[in-house]
Amino acid sequence: MQVTNKLSPFFENLNFERDDNTMVINFGPQHPSAHGQLRLVLELDGEEVVKALPDIGYLHRGIEKMAENMTYNEFLPTTDRLDYIASTANNYAYALSVERLIGLEVPRRAQVIRTMLLELNRIISHLFFIATHALDVGAMSVFLYAFREREFAMDLMEDYCGARLTHSAVRIGGVPLDLPDGWIENMITYTQKLPENVKMYEDLLTENRIWKMRLEDVGTISAENAMSWGCSGVMLRGSGIKYDIRKEEPYELYSELNFDIPVSNSCDSLGRYKLYMEEMRQSARIIEQLVLMYPKTEPKLMAHSPQYISASKEEMMTQNYALMQHFVLVTQGMRPPKGDVYVPTESPKGELGFYIKSEGEPYAYRLKCRAPSFYHTGLLQELLVGTYIADVVTIIGTTNIVFGEVDR
Amino acid sequence: MAQHKVDFASNAGLPIALTSVDKLLNWGRSNSLWPLTYGLACCAIEMMASGGSRYDFDRMGTIFRASPRQSDVMILAGTLSKKHSEFARRLYDQMTEPKWVISMGSCANTGGMFNTYATVQGVDRIVPVDIYLPGCAPRPETLQYALMMLQKKIRSESANMNNNKKQDLRLI
Repeated sequence: MQVTNKLSPFFENLNFERDDNTMVINFGPQHPSAHGQLRLVLELDGEEVVKALPDIGYLHRGIEKMAENMTYNEFLPTTDRLDYIASTANNYAYALSVERLIGLEVPRRAQVIRTMLLELNRIISHLFFIATHALDVGAMSVFLYAFREREFAMDLMEDYCGARLTHSAVRIGGVPLDLPDGWIENMITYTQKLPENVKMYEDLLTENRIWKMRLEDVGTISAENAMSWGCSGVMLRGSGIKYDIRKEEPYELYSELNFDIPVSNSCDSLGRYKLYMEEMRQSARIIEQLVLMYPKTEPKLMAHSPQYISASKEEMMTQNYALMQHFVLVTQGMRPPKGDVYVPTESPKGELGFYIKSEGEPYAYRLKCRAPSFYHTGLLQELLVGTYIADVVTIIGTTNIVFGEVDR
Repeated sequence: MAQHKVDFASNAGLPIALTSVDKLLNWGRSNSLWPLTYGLACCAIEMMASGGSRYDFDRMGTIFRASPRQSDVMILAGTLSKKHSEFARRLYDQMTEPKWVISMGSCANTGGMFNTYATVQGVDRIVPVDIYLPGCAPRPETLQYALMMLQKKIRSESANMNNNKKQDLRLI
C-alpha cells in the first residue's frame, strides 16, 4: 500500500518479473533525452515495444491553481515557466486572452514588437528542437552549431527585455518597452544570416545516411490519428493537414503578413524535421516584413484603458487621476468583466491557449492552459507501440515536448 | 599544520606526506568535476546552454554525464516536485563518494515562486547542498562561478571525506 506522505515511486508497485516473455523497463524521469521529466514504463518483447505508458506529473507545480490566487498582472511572469524554451509565446497567449476578456485594442507599435518577439521565440525554440533532437539521435556537432545560433537570438531577446530565458516581454495591453537603439539592425543581420545556417544544418543532416535511417518511417502518425489525439502545430502539419492558427484564426498582425505554411505528407519524423527547418526560414521572412512596418507606427506602447491598464509614467506624474488609477490597479488588481474566454495561438509547439473564467474579481475564477505538449505526450502511448527500443528516443525527440507545459 | 610543530620523529613523518596527498587528490577532484545531467525545469535549459558552444564548460573539465555512477556533482537545476523528490534522493545515493551538490536556481534553493502543494520548498530537505546558486533562471556565467566556488571548496577540504562536515539530514 502506498503511504501518501511518504510518496514512494509508483514503479515499486510494478511487477518487473513476467512469465509471458516480455520485459518491463523504466525510462526516466532522469534520462538525458527524456526532455525534462518524462517517465515511460515500457513493456518489451525482445527489442520491440509492446506497450508504453507515459507517466507525467514529475514537474507538476500547480500553476493553474496559483492563477486563482494571483491578480492578472501578477500571474504573467509565472507563464514564463510553462514552455520555458519560448517564454514570450506563453506570455503572449495569456495576455491575449485577458485582452479579449477586457476587450482591449493594442497599439500598432506594440503589435509589431510582439509579433517580432513571437517569431524570434519560434526561431529560438526550433533551434533548440533541432539541437536536442540531433543530440538524442547522435549528431553532436549539430547541437553545437544550433546552440551557437540560439545564443545570438537570445542576445537579441536579452537586449530587448534583459532576460535570457524568462522574458515577460509581453504585458497585458501591450509591451513595456520600445525597441532599443540598434536592435533592428542587429535583428536584420541575424535574420539574413539565419537561412545560411539553416542550410548548413540541412547539409549536415538531410542527406546524412545515419540521420535518414534513424528518422525515416519512424514515429509515423496518420492524419486521422493526429486529429483524434488532438495534435497541433508541426505534429499535425507533418501528417499532411494544413492547419496553422496564424492562418486559420489570425491574431496580431498575421493577417497582413506574407508567409507560407509548410506541410509534409510523409507523416514521419524526417518530414517533421524538414518542417521545423522550413518554419525557421518563414519566421525570418516574417521578421523582415515586420522590420519594414516598425518605422511607420506611432510611438505608443500600451493600450489606453484607464480602468484596466496603468497610464504611462509621464501621465502618472502629471495627472492626479492617472496616479489614483495606478494605485488601485497595483494594490487591488484589474477587475475584468464577468465571462469566460479562450483564444488559441500558434506557439512553436502547437496550439497554445488559455481559458480564463472571470467572476469580475481581481483573480481568475479558473484558468486552464491548453498546452500542445500535453496532447503530444498522450500520443506517445500509441506512437511507441510496435517500434524498436532504439527508436523511442527519436520519437520522444520528434514530438518536441516540454515538461513545463505538460505538467504545469 | 605549521611545519615547525611537526614531530618528524613520531609517526614516520606521516602528517607531511598526508597533506601532500590531500593536495594531489583535491587537485584531481576539483579539476575534473563531472556533473550529472539532472535537468528538472527551466534551469536545465541554461545548464544545457553552458554545455553548448558559447560557454563550453568542457574546457574546464566539466563534462556532463548521464549516469549518477560516473558523476561527482549533482546540479539540481529546476523545480523539484514532491513526486520527484524520492528519485532525487535515490540518484544522490547512487553517486559514488566523494560527491557534491549544487542547487541551481530559486526553485531548487527555496521553492522560489512556486509555493504550492506540489513542490519541495528547497532541495536541501532532500539532499545535502554545497552551493546555492541564486537566479531565475541563473545565467551560465553564474553556474560557471558556482563551479569555481565548488572547486575552491574542494581544495580546502580534506581528501578523506569522513573528516569533512556534511549537512546532517536527520536534523531537518
